[in-house]
Amino acid sequence: MTTVAEPVARRVEQVMGMPISLALRGRRATGPDADAAWQAALAELRWVDEVFSTWRPDSQVSRLGRGEVAVDDCHPTVAEVLRLGDHARVASEGAFDVVRTGADGVRRLDPSGVVKGWAVDRAVRPLLALADTDVCLSAGGDMVCHVADPDGEAWVIGIEDPLDPTRLVARVPLHRGAVATSGSAHRGAHVVDARTGAAADALASVTVIGADLTSVDIDATTALALGVDGPAWLRSRLRTGVVVWADGRAETVA
Amino acid sequence: MKRIVLWVLSTLSTLVVLFGYHTSTSSTMATATGSETAITGSVQASGAGTTSSGSAPPGDTGSASSSSSSGSSSSSSGSSGSTTTVTGAAAQTRYGPVQVQLEVSGSTITNVSVLQYPNSDGRDIQINQYALPQLIQQTLDQQDGSVSMISGATYTSTGYSQSLQSALDQAGL
Repeated sequence: MTTVAEPVARRVEQVMGMPISLALRGRRATGPDADAAWQAALAELRWVDEVFSTWRPDSQVSRLGRGEVAVDDCHPTVAEVLRLGDHARVASEGAFDVVRTGADGVRRLDPSGVVKGWAVDRAVRPLLALADTDVCLSAGGDMVCHVADPDGEAWVIGIEDPLDPTRLVARVPLHRGAVATSGSAHRGAHVVDARTGAAADALASVTVIGADLTSVDIDATTALALGVDGPAWLRSRLRTGVVVWADGRAETVA
Repeated sequence: MKRIVLWVLSTLSTLVVLFGYHTSTSSTMATATGSETAITGSVQASGAGTTSSGSAPPGDTGSASSSSSSGSSSSSSGSSGSTTTVTGAAAQTRYGPVQVQLEVSGSTITNVSVLQYPNSDGRDIQINQYALPQLIQQTLDQQDGSVSMISGATYTSTGYSQSLQSALDQAGL
């Protein structure tokens, strides 16, 4: 790691209530093409937020959740996201579900667990079109990485320690793929086992590395929700990743 | 690339062991033995070199093309040789069946896909080729500049200000 690294051009913007961080490296890392691709990526994320946000009462998903509109009345991507959520529910035997029963006993539609990774997979496309340029696009700690030259220098992703955000538990070199981490850090326990509604607290965090962010994000969240069964479940899906137990013990999954 | 192939081979041998275990404990899968043999054969073939193309499984594309491919395989391995697809038997795991398929070109495994995996929802998935994360103990200041981006549980805007990613963005590393 002592080689002189190529300079990295960074950009940050707040969208969907979280920081969107972009790192570019290579021929088109700066300049009008990079600016235009970055704006296109942000526009895509803002559009997804308008359609899917459960925080906006007027979003299509909010209206769908209240029963004011049917799926067919929504943008076709809403049905696509609900399908992804349904696949995840079946694959996790119910631990992952976009429809959950709240503490008040009311069942609510919340596809956020699917939408984030899916949105970044869409938003990164204009950036991937930058010639001879390496891309790493992160939405609140979940990211898509791409190195233009397959033999080029990998992006190195640090996996944050969920018990101490000033420390890392692992480092992952990645040329092309996605990294997602689900955990209780920063927001308190926001993942629940959809089967019981109870907070998932056996694992402090789960990181999954794979080809696309949509599926690794879902699998990281699912493994966290499965708790003690999470690591074995990830291995059964041939996943690569890192699990940090509630006591801080870190374990690689491969 | 070599490392990936080696990794795949080690994974395959694990799967072969899985299949072996399965067939020795269950007699219900009539097709298991044949497919298992096919997988073992291709793993051995990859070590044995280009001569193995003579003993390619049935269903290969004719004798004329196989002889021409064995002649040209040394100059352009992989692209010119005919590709053979080998499907393994489904192995039972705690979470359900796992079944893999190999594409073999000459003596090289060109692709490994998983036809069935536990909780299968009908999609094929690739056996991934991602580097194993390296567990570390140091704090960030002991690894200055060695990471490009931080993956962690979803940041709120306030949490972000305290986060490592914020430090990286500010430092322009």
